[in-house]
Amino acid sequence: MKLKLALPKGWLQHCTSDLLTRIGFGLNDYHEKSRSYRPVSEKFPDLFAKVFHEKDIAIQLAIGNYDLGICGLDWVNELLSKYPSDAVLKIRNLGYGRGNIYVAASKFSNVTIDALKAVGDTVRITTEYPHLAEVYALKQRFKRFKVLPVLGAAEVYLPENADLAIIAETSEDELYERGLVPLEVIGITDAFLIANRDSMEKLDLNVVLGPLQRAEIAMTSLTRPSKKAVTSTWGTVAPGTVRLALPDGHQQKHTISFLERAGIKMNGYRQGEPDCRPEIGIDGVAVKVIRPQDMPLQVANDNFDLAITGRDWLLDHLYRFPSSPVEQLLDLGSGKIRVLAVVHNDVPVDSLADLKETMKSGKLAKIRVASEYINIADKYARDNHLAPYRIVPTWGASESFLPEDADLLIENAETGATLAKNNLKIIDTLMESTPCVIGNKNTIASKDKIAQVLDILKRGL
Amino acid sequence: MKVPRCKGTRDLLPIGMALFRHIESIFMDSCIKWGYKEVRTPTLEYLHLFTSAGTLTPEMLGRVYSFLDWDGWSGERVVLRPDGTIPIARLYGESLCEGALAKFFYIENLFAFEGTGQEPRERWECGAELIGDTGLSGDAELIILALEVLKKLCVDDVEVRLSHAGLIRELLREAGSAELLQQLIDGNKDALTELKNKNAELAQKLSLISGVTGKSEGYLDKLRAIFPTLSATFDDLANVTQLLDVSGCKYNLHIASGLGFEYYTGIIFQFYCKGSKLGSGGRYDELIPLVGDCPTPASGFALYVDHIMDAMGPVNVVGTLTENVLIKPVSDSADVQKGCYHLAVCLRESGYVVEMGPRSQEEAEYSWIIAGGKDFSVIDKYSGVEYKGLSVADVLQRLEAVR
Repeated sequence: MKLKLALPKGWLQHCTSDLLTRIGFGLNDYHEKSRSYRPVSEKFPDLFAKVFHEKDIAIQLAIGNYDLGICGLDWVNELLSKYPSDAVLKIRNLGYGRGNIYVAASKFSNVTIDALKAVGDTVRITTEYPHLAEVYALKQRFKRFKVLPVLGAAEVYLPENADLAIIAETSEDELYERGLVPLEVIGITDAFLIANRDSMEKLDLNVVLGPLQRAEIAMTSLTRPSKKAVTSTWGTVAPGTVRLALPDGHQQKHTISFLERAGIKMNGYRQGEPDCRPEIGIDGVAVKVIRPQDMPLQVANDNFDLAITGRDWLLDHLYRFPSSPVEQLLDLGSGKIRVLAVVHNDVPVDSLADLKETMKSGKLAKIRVASEYINIADKYARDNHLAPYRIVPTWGASESFLPEDADLLIENAETGATLAKNNLKIIDTLMESTPCVIGNKNTIASKDKIAQVLDILKRGL
Repeated sequence: MKVPRCKGTRDLLPIGMALFRHIESIFMDSCIKWGYKEVRTPTLEYLHLFTSAGTLTPEMLGRVYSFLDWDGWSGERVVLRPDGTIPIARLYGESLCEGALAKFFYIENLFAFEGTGQEPRERWECGAELIGDTGLSGDAELIILALEVLKKLCVDDVEVRLSHAGLIRELLREAGSAELLQQLIDGNKDALTELKNKNAELAQKLSLISGVTGKSEGYLDKLRAIFPTLSATFDDLANVTQLLDVSGCKYNLHIASGLGFEYYTGIIFQFYCKGSKLGSGGRYDELIPLVGDCPTPASGFALYVDHIMDAMGPVNVVGTLTENVLIKPVSDSADVQKGCYHLAVCLRESGYVVEMGPRSQEEAEYSWIIAGGKDFSVIDKYSGVEYKGLSVADVLQRLEAVR
């Protein structure tokens, strides 16, 4: 039987690869530019290694899909704080990816924990670690609190849209550079070797575990990715100011083109630029750059008046919160993607009907549906009676889940070429999605300027 | 494919349900006779009802079922009710805050995650709350009421353990953590050694009272000597024990009881039977002001239905006295069916359980079997004699004659 090892992609990948090379694993195709998710070890042919987004690794070990894994301790603790389990064992600090999880406030505010408690208002916490945030808020005995989960750029929301951010950073100095003030440390982010308890008890993992435990390590810090520096605030936003959210990441290039077509000249909104509050050159409009996935929730909470995101993320939000006040105001048309149902080529089904028939026949007793679109995937499985099903949330590298760790993938694609490269086939198209402007129908009439901004944006259509 | 029930939940089969309803009806009957009125709070509450200091501890909050509702985009979470008393405090503040005395009882399910498999994640409680300025006589009334319910349920050998929040808070303040205090009270030697190094005075106090229970004024005097600043606390205990003595209640002073709930401010009491906790309660004068914005003192208790069911065992099930009748139409004709339906209606109105068509049990288990349609035949269950050609009135008369 093969030993199963889950390896991180992303910022820990380089150091993990170095470590594995040093101890002689000889993993082919485990480097940042590789498109393969299944590196092979010539030295240990009985090792099955797979590459995941770091956030997924602790989950994969907890549910018993993998015997050993390497990921930041922050993601292990994020999982265990909500779902206490003895299934994941923390074996060894591997010394790289050092850093802390900080509770932080904006340097432009005078927030302290005691002050927040004394005021007694709702404490707003933005974070990539919603479970750790909830535990923290409960421990602090905040009388009332809201945790707004984000996929990234938590610092951008402070101080206007949140009181606290719970955020990973290498050091306090780095945190200050991001415009934040550390208030408390609630954990560490160091890369850890972790193991599934059952595997430790029942399998002989020594061939892999031994070299990893014996390896010499040096404590090293790494520069965290996706840093944004909050160098200013909106201050007191003048009444009537339109608060606009623009996307970072893949959608940024389409948005830049669209804004240029609309005659809007942005200052500080180029790909790779860390400025999270670029200038838009329109009076009465304030801009922040955030993740498109996070926009619908932010608009629903009246933190922004308008946002440019994808229709896929709008629907994912609306499927979870059907009475949300967020609605599509403009369809930007270009940059179309499809949201697809995908299976591995080895699976003998070519359509949704085939899949249902396979389930009905008992050949597939349960179905694991992996997706970044948790709510779209959930609705799809529910509406199509794919029972019993289990949603496997993913945070990227989703193609790698099939066929070992999921049966069906709900994934977006522009051309489908990446899916084909990963030996996957499309069995259904759930929707087509284009970038769009969204707004809050409860507040849209409250500012005249919103209609003016929409008119300007329409020029880019 | 068999779909199992959720982990930590339990099904109640008819015999279990009969036991449940029996407990429920004894509890309701007792409460009503003591002047309490039934209320019900929602299963869903806002999480922030339970997060203020003075409600539930972070440890307990870490086990609540909390989630975002379908309109929860604001990030504010709701919970499946983890506690019965706090929602009652909210209810009083929201609907009845007039300072008037209120006596409420409820039968509700509560939810908390439990990972060991030893306890259910959904549990039922029968609770009574006495809201208003009743003083210690209110606390004594609640203890006596709870004991009356347990007595009527034939749960014997109930031990009442009394403690006081003032004493526990003082110990917590000195010990620094509830977890450490619990370890100390449980007699954990390592914890005691650790404490001796940190706080020799507290270690000395705990060693004097650890594992010791009592019920005499002498025991209270001993506690007074150890904690001289808590005279009001011991006065409370002395007064309540006096009231319990008058009513003939047996109790033990047991300082370890009452950990875990932050909202108690005065007397805390717990009911044990053969090591199993059957219920608990206490005074919570600061809870309604906190969550109901209404300056009203209160106290209450809850009995744990699941534990009481286990304590009672199957021997205590009160079977139904209702007689079961099976009607067997002699044919499918409309006239026969109509006649049988008419007889069934008449018998049900007279208090019989009547089945037609599909049977829920073996024929031999019915009290009566009646065949017919236009007229009926009845076999006397005692003599075995079959009476034929009976009208509906005749059937009723025949059954009533031996009922």
